[in-house]
Amino acid sequence: MKQLTAATRARYFRRQLVDRIMGGLCIAAAGVGLILLALILWMLFSNGLGGLTLDVFTRPMSQPGSGGGLANAIVGSLLQVGVGAMIGAPLGMMVGVYLSEVGKGSRFASVVRFVNDILLSAPSVLIGLFVYQIAVLPFGGFSGIAGSIALALIAMPIVARTTEDILRLVPQAYRDGAIALGSRENEVVRKVVLPAAFGGILTGVLLAVARIAGETAPLLFTSLGNDVWSTDMTQPMASLPMAIVRYSNTPYPEWVSLAWTGAMLITVGVLVLNIASRFSYAAVAGKQGG
Amino acid sequence: MNTPATPAIGARKIHPADTTFRLSLHAAGAIVVIVLLSILAIMFMGGKLAFDTFGLGFIWGTEWNPVTQIYGALPAITGTLVTAILALCIAWPIGFGIAFFLTETCPEKLRTPLGVAIELLAAVPSIVYGMWGFFVLAPFMSEYVQPWLTNTFLWIPPIGDSFFWFTAPPIGVGMLTAALILAVMILPFIAATTRDVLLSTPQLLKDGAYAMGATRWEALTGVVIPAVRGSLFGAVFLGLGRALGETMAVVFVIGNAIRMPDSLMAPSATIASVVANNFPEAEPGTLDLAVLLALGFILFVVSFGVLAVARLLLRQERMS
Amino acid sequence: MDAAMTTDTQQPTARPSRTMPMAAPAVTSTSAAAAPTRIRLEHINAFYGQKQALFDVNLDIPDNTVTAFIGASGCGKSTLLRCLNRMNDTIPGAHVDGAIRMDGTDINSPEIDPVQVRTRIGMVFQKPNPFPMSIYDNIAYGPRTHKLYGSKADLDELVERSLRRAALWDEVKDRLNKSGLGLSGGQQQRLVIARTLAVSPAVILMDEPCSALDPIATAHIEALIDQLREHTCIVIVTHSMAQAARVSQRTAFFHMGKLIESGSTDQIFTMPKLDQTQDYITGRFG
Repeated sequence: MKQLTAATRARYFRRQLVDRIMGGLCIAAAGVGLILLALILWMLFSNGLGGLTLDVFTRPMSQPGSGGGLANAIVGSLLQVGVGAMIGAPLGMMVGVYLSEVGKGSRFASVVRFVNDILLSAPSVLIGLFVYQIAVLPFGGFSGIAGSIALALIAMPIVARTTEDILRLVPQAYRDGAIALGSRENEVVRKVVLPAAFGGILTGVLLAVARIAGETAPLLFTSLGNDVWSTDMTQPMASLPMAIVRYSNTPYPEWVSLAWTGAMLITVGVLVLNIASRFSYAAVAGKQGG
Repeated sequence: MNTPATPAIGARKIHPADTTFRLSLHAAGAIVVIVLLSILAIMFMGGKLAFDTFGLGFIWGTEWNPVTQIYGALPAITGTLVTAILALCIAWPIGFGIAFFLTETCPEKLRTPLGVAIELLAAVPSIVYGMWGFFVLAPFMSEYVQPWLTNTFLWIPPIGDSFFWFTAPPIGVGMLTAALILAVMILPFIAATTRDVLLSTPQLLKDGAYAMGATRWEALTGVVIPAVRGSLFGAVFLGLGRALGETMAVVFVIGNAIRMPDSLMAPSATIASVVANNFPEAEPGTLDLAVLLALGFILFVVSFGVLAVARLLLRQERMS
Repeated sequence: MDAAMTTDTQQPTARPSRTMPMAAPAVTSTSAAAAPTRIRLEHINAFYGQKQALFDVNLDIPDNTVTAFIGASGCGKSTLLRCLNRMNDTIPGAHVDGAIRMDGTDINSPEIDPVQVRTRIGMVFQKPNPFPMSIYDNIAYGPRTHKLYGSKADLDELVERSLRRAALWDEVKDRLNKSGLGLSGGQQQRLVIARTLAVSPAVILMDEPCSALDPIATAHIEALIDQLREHTCIVIVTHSMAQAARVSQRTAFFHMGKLIESGSTDQIFTMPKLDQTQDYITGRFG
């Protein structure tokens, strides 16, 4: 075999070196990512865990020094996220079904898909401002309902996108089989396609819920937050994010501690939902495999 | 033996179930479009007072004075653009590195956990980043980083004294800090999107490069990146769109000084932070509220443009 | 129309074989006395958008018989099959002219409901496609959709009967509530056939039903097809001429969208009238 020239060998080593350096930088980048996650979680838990008492869940927000908790904020968040999801998820699913099954090649469907993608990434502060103008101003006040509407508008495009994506993965063979047995269009979708995609659709819903659970800006303009215990959704309503905002930039240590605990609770909830959504997706992926 | 005779096959009927089905689905699609158009329309109408008062000069106005009721959007617009672009410059190389690591050099066993970690990072609510910035990063910046930057660069004339460099008092809040927080926020997002793009390149392309003796880095830069260049730009634009509209992460650390910034370290404002901070005091029907809505309209138009471009780039290559 | 018209099936089973380059495989199934026509295709022209896929096809498909469509890839045999149960309706831009008469009705007419056509004419696809549901639910899908049963007991009986007819009952009777996807390829295809039988179709269309299966599973399916023709009319598209020769009594040969020749399987394989047919059968092309 011909002996490699010195020049070739030098070039080879240099190329290897570049590759190694770049590889190393990439490892460093990944390390940065992991460190960040660890730092954030550590920060949350070290500051928030200390304030995690039963009082947090049982006592409503109150003045510093009188031993308050976050109960009304937690309930308020659950209510608004729940109602928001109940409005936004079914609507999103219908849009997803439309885009995948009925609209398919039509021009209107392309427009809807495009608009949906824009809404998906639209700044949530603008959604909040929008709902303020249509659901708060005309009705003379902030309310939990307005908050729910804002959250629904954020959840809907997420569910629409994930639903469409998962429906596209359902094999055409299933639809053909159902059509060949004399099913109507809506029967094919209802009885065969949707059940087959159920796990994936659930994933999308969970992801959407995780997203809106952590949203603050839309609530700033719609439900505002409430210091007293209230489950009346036509009135301003407390929520965890708003409580955090209220309590953070203050000189009272108890309030700051509660803000940390609240942030920790939200983050844990969001992360749990994310992990749960993965299992849901795995369940449907397993089904298709057979 | 014959097969059983079939009853006469009947005439075509319009089935109400199918009609309802189609109609309701079309209606859902229509609602999506109506929502977008409504947002644009309502934002514009709400901010109309501002545009009527200041004309299009509102966009270029540099003075923001609630007392004299003279408002201009340029400080907020500048803050938004500078923080977003700076954040992108910081986040993109790291995010890209993570994505490349995940798709190429990462050992198999680590791939899923690392991917999950990145996605969890992306899921952390923005208010948490805001708190992190307020309680951790800002003090750190004011005590260590900013003095160091000022001292290091001050003696390099003309950089030390000139516009946009490190010449403000080190109070920790300002565009630089906000840009850093934004960078941390959009980092996992860019990593995940870029990873998806890289994963979608056909293995055949990479195999071809390796077969010719290319190193991993060379295969990446020579073959993969050119093939998915459009989608990579799309991912970048998507990250930019995120950064432009981010509120909670920024509002705690930007300092809320609505004037044209003269230094990266000076307190500043973004459109989102102005809207969030000034909303509580703005009375309905007043100019104060109208300018906020006008700012929102401007932000929406800009975001819309950026996101539309991102989508075009991403979908184009996804379909082909 | 004349060259393509069906020849009569009045010959006795064994024909003296001529000096042909390839001896045709022996056709063991007996050709019955002339079976009545179940479906009559008249002047069928099919289009996908601007592209024409079928040119003036005229064909009679007799009852209680297995009719095979053979021809090279892309010759239009699958397209014609799909015309029979109006599956082409689901393809945007597809369009079929001509009459398809069954029991006196032109089922290709736009006034006829394709959904009802499909309850009388079933289809089995190339790759087995059981639904991701239990075996029981797979079979019960058709009856439930069209309300073909009275009580749960009726449905149970219908499921069992369909599975027996598809020669699958013994293998799955203990796991009816397990997923249909857990079966082997051959079993899945029999499951699909049972599912089709559950709505009691008069005609079953099969689009290369064995091409995704191993030889043993294929043999099972072919035996099943032979049993089924006693009560049903079967039309099968196949790439394998050996299979066509084994399983069918009538054969129609297509090329480039035209029906070249049709007749009894015997006759097509031993004494084709046209050179083109002979060339295909002997493997000169396709």
